[in-house]
Amino acid sequence: MNNKTIAELARGLRSGEFSSVELTQDYLERIRQFSALNAYITVTAEQALAQAEAADKRLAARTADLLTGIPIAQKDIFCTDGVKTSCGSKMLDNFISPYNATVVEKLNRAGAVTLGKLNMDEFAMGSSNETSFYGPVQNPWDVTCVPGGSSGGSAAAVAAGLTAGATGTDTGGSIRQPAAFCGITGLKPTYGRVSRYGMIAYASSLDQGGPMTRTAEDAAIMLQAMAGFDEKDSTSVDMPVPDYSAGLNQPLSGLKIGLPKEFFGEGLNGEIAAVIETAVNEYRKLGAEVKEVSMPNLKYAIPAYYVIAPAECSANLSRFDGVRFGYRCDNPADLADLYTRSRGEAFGKEVKRRILIGTYALSAGYYDAYYLKAQKVRRLITDDFKSALAEVDVLMGPVSPTVAFGLGEKTGDPIQMYLSDIYTIAVNLAGLPAMSIPAGFVDNKPVGLQIIGNYFAEDRLLNVAHRYQMNTDWHKQVPKGFE
Amino acid sequence: MSLTTEDVNKIAHLARLGVDIQDVDTYARDLSGILDLVTQMSGLSTEGVAPMAHPMEQCQRLRPDRVTESNMREKFQAIAPQVELGLYLVPKVIE
Repeated sequence: MNNKTIAELARGLRSGEFSSVELTQDYLERIRQFSALNAYITVTAEQALAQAEAADKRLAARTADLLTGIPIAQKDIFCTDGVKTSCGSKMLDNFISPYNATVVEKLNRAGAVTLGKLNMDEFAMGSSNETSFYGPVQNPWDVTCVPGGSSGGSAAAVAAGLTAGATGTDTGGSIRQPAAFCGITGLKPTYGRVSRYGMIAYASSLDQGGPMTRTAEDAAIMLQAMAGFDEKDSTSVDMPVPDYSAGLNQPLSGLKIGLPKEFFGEGLNGEIAAVIETAVNEYRKLGAEVKEVSMPNLKYAIPAYYVIAPAECSANLSRFDGVRFGYRCDNPADLADLYTRSRGEAFGKEVKRRILIGTYALSAGYYDAYYLKAQKVRRLITDDFKSALAEVDVLMGPVSPTVAFGLGEKTGDPIQMYLSDIYTIAVNLAGLPAMSIPAGFVDNKPVGLQIIGNYFAEDRLLNVAHRYQMNTDWHKQVPKGFE
Repeated sequence: MSLTTEDVNKIAHLARLGVDIQDVDTYARDLSGILDLVTQMSGLSTEGVAPMAHPMEQCQRLRPDRVTESNMREKFQAIAPQVELGLYLVPKVIE
């Protein structure tokens, strides 16, 4: 049952085919069996079984939600009351969160069973899960390859059947790129759609949590539980949440798809381009109209991102000072030594690089040239998206210029690593929703199709993804050894 | 744009971030590379463009000024590195 979708498991729980306790035990056993993947940082077996028992009671009393009794797992960036929340960092290795993130609270209320906390790049800074204090995660499709990042543990766990669904967060592609690398479905919602309360902040104007699942149908079920206004998050948007499952089956005839020509330029692997073309042709068969669009400022997205994200990161991570929680160095000589050494000893290299760049960009004399300039570029990129999405319903293209690369292949060159996010980063600058869905294979490794929609059009995105999944079986492929 | 090891030490000090002496050269090289990447922005004219701080162009919401949180001091201090009598301990600041 480990390769069933959330929708299938929900049916199984209702028909009495298995109980939530049985299901949970099964997943926990499988997590132990495949611990070499390193997808989990913490497994919360006892709590999971207690939640499963409660879920079975709700199911018997017929007061169950669709997610009641379904085993899921949380990216270790979401604070969970009484459980270690490390954010992939030595800084928080000893941090037992005293409260729940809103997303955790909402999924608990829906009756989901939390199996544990998933591995990730340190403070979500990375594209390969290799910056984690807890070591890299293996890609189930090829264990010598990275699962992508930063939500690498989430993607690998879903692909390997170590959870039915997972939460992820996406600041520059951290849901979509690992979803693509591991052959699963990932949705980054519109900025403000899912509460950031209790989601440890990296770059606050870009961060957004979302579901990572086997199918678009499952993503709709999870997003339904995760989305909504939260007064504890000052950037949460107060808009009603539509029924995401209701419109999944709507026909796609007349759907207007835009292909940004900048997504298909040099740097894109030719075989990946062919996979995307085949996927777009499938949409043509489903009745969609396809046209080329242009977003000339897209090439400035990575430069602007690597000012804005580090600037926000340097401010956000200043809270880790060794005083109230987290790591503290031994025998500090004075307060300055306490700050400097606690931070120096507990942050990894990539986090340090970004704090340093951000501090520099915000320092006196450089603010206008870097931060202010980047904010202006951000508007021009957003305007590009707005004009493209005035002409078409969705934009499509690749998620990543390559398939999953080898473990260690890019760790020596941070810039090469940054460039691998070329197709995902601009979406975060604009705050738009976007998905990655499995669309084929190159070298036996999964390829993701990116679908970008208008603000708050998650229902449309899910519909577009679901209809494709009704007509293809890429999302049903399971890595060898994980059947 | 190229940063010297002196620049790196200065920035690290501003960020109160300990950087190992043997890593300073690598940081100088990496950060210079990132700044070269970032400087590509100068190829785009942004004259008259208003800076964009936030995707939804929101203002901060206001809420009524009343107490909504309960006191969780003990819970918070249970995870602190060092506390005494309900206070967080740090090295002596005033002589």
